[in-house]
Amino acid sequence: MTELKNELIRHSAADLAAKLAAREVTAVEVTQAHLDRIADVDGQVNAFLHVNSEEALAVAAEVDAARAAGGAAAEELHALAGVPIAVKDLIVTIGQPTTAGSKILEGWHSPYDATVVKKLRAAKMPILGKTNLDEFAMGSSTEHSAYGPTRNPWDLDRIPGGSGGGSAAAVAAFEAPLALGTDTGGSIRQPGAVTGTVGVKPTYGAVSRYGAIAMASSLDQIGPVSRTVLDSALLQEVIGGHDPFDSTSLTDPFNDLVAAARVGNVAGMKIGIVKELHGEGYQAGVENRFNESLQLLKDAGAEIVEVSCPNLKYALGAYYLIMPSEVSSNLAKFDGVRFGMRVLPKDGPMTIERVMGATRAAGFGDEVKRRIILGTYALSAGYYDAYYGSAQKVRTLIQRDFDAAFAKADVLISPTAPTTAFKLGEKLDDPLAMYLNDVATIPANLAGIPGLSLPGGLADEDGLPVGIQLLAPARQDARLYRVGAVLETMLEEKWGGPMLAQAPELSSASTTAGGSN
Amino acid sequence: MAAINRDDVAHLARLAHIEMSAEELDRMAVELAVIVDSVKSVSEAAGDDVPATSHPIPLTNVFREDVVGHTFTAEQALSGAPDAYENRFKVPAILDEG
Repeated sequence: MTELKNELIRHSAADLAAKLAAREVTAVEVTQAHLDRIADVDGQVNAFLHVNSEEALAVAAEVDAARAAGGAAAEELHALAGVPIAVKDLIVTIGQPTTAGSKILEGWHSPYDATVVKKLRAAKMPILGKTNLDEFAMGSSTEHSAYGPTRNPWDLDRIPGGSGGGSAAAVAAFEAPLALGTDTGGSIRQPGAVTGTVGVKPTYGAVSRYGAIAMASSLDQIGPVSRTVLDSALLQEVIGGHDPFDSTSLTDPFNDLVAAARVGNVAGMKIGIVKELHGEGYQAGVENRFNESLQLLKDAGAEIVEVSCPNLKYALGAYYLIMPSEVSSNLAKFDGVRFGMRVLPKDGPMTIERVMGATRAAGFGDEVKRRIILGTYALSAGYYDAYYGSAQKVRTLIQRDFDAAFAKADVLISPTAPTTAFKLGEKLDDPLAMYLNDVATIPANLAGIPGLSLPGGLADEDGLPVGIQLLAPARQDARLYRVGAVLETMLEEKWGGPMLAQAPELSSASTTAGGSN
Repeated sequence: MAAINRDDVAHLARLAHIEMSAEELDRMAVELAVIVDSVKSVSEAAGDDVPATSHPIPLTNVFREDVVGHTFTAEQALSGAPDAYENRFKVPAILDEG
């Protein structure tokens, strides 16, 4: 039984879907195998803030009942019905707490489901639980979570990336085949890179954000986390589509993603290396794996061209003006009145203003406070034009740079992050060093274009995962899946299997406790 | 462009409704000065002729039919409130009586 369960958790979502459809396994078995894995290893990884066993098993049992009944009930099942999934705890869910990784929302339950969660429920995908993140998705390491950091399954002393380190680590540690993330400046892709998993930020507006607690509304995007490119395509098709509850939601169909992941060739495609997104400041091992992927794509018949986006040198600065500005506005609603904690001032008059001050002081962590203050500054009279206004102009320049680049190339390619996973605590006291992790992922958010990160191998100097990032023009998410799937196949041929097969085994709780079954 | 100092941070913290200790103000002023310095170049990047982008994929006039849609019950809306009274959010004094 242990062996069978061990095998089940290592399958991709696509393979699990096929086995479920063929009735080789039941959804309850698949879900239980993942819940057992969580019980076994999450004490070390801390990917989950809440585990939703009862509901997940009930949904799985419904799927099994429908399949057993056959006929219309079985035929109506979604292809991914019974394939379990984890949800980043920034996305609201009925029946489970949503904390956003913050003390201010400890114990809070949403009275509604996010649109993406409704879609998971409609597809009957059992929700395993809620995953850890930097508080309100602000960070690149999950160390800013009020509930302790998540650890990287490749090396438990290292960061799993952030803010969606919980979702990425859950998938890398085989605690879930799929997860949802949110990406404002790289929070899906950078954790994907450092944990050896796949993460996609769709085109801005391709997936509804209704029910994702807003951080920076002009940048936030929900997207898939998985172990294979095809699995992310399958998941994006589940969660995507127009939603009248999100006024930024696009009406374009985005229904060609799975087909694109199955095309299997890139011959004749033009792939652009962005001059400004590699080289200086990038770790040697990252650069080596990047060059190796370029060679593979060339071998597959793609034409490699070099493009330049000179205004990307302003991207990080523009991001750290626009994002905190929007943060300062979005987080004003945490005021100790409508939801979450309320802290009363220790002395002095008990006015609502002083209650707000005490509540926000106690409820928010340092990074959230830093960004709120920075945003308040950037938006204040006298500085607005120089800071927020200028940053919005830089956004235009960056969009123009990408337009010019995409006139020469079908997709762009770069390393996802400048380094492999660093040690927990290493950059905690240096906010600027932490921000630099997102230097290659931020431009896509500023421009609204889609980006995908996939495993590109292990760095020579430390044996840790390197991510390769693909970028496509707005609305052309399908190109990411087409090129990503081809590169993944070639890399896995070279490695003799998936990269995660090289990850160290996590010791099981039952084993470390001395028990054995 | 003026650097951010401790008094600025104290003023901004009041505007943002975040109570801060003296130690926090000292630390935050140093950290924010570094960050503000690093983003300064942005103000020189674009000329007056460059339009601002507020939304990466602009949509205009996103309306819906003028019909009653989903609404929360008072009970649902108040379910996460720290304090409530007779179907309303309950707060301490709005105005300082002193």
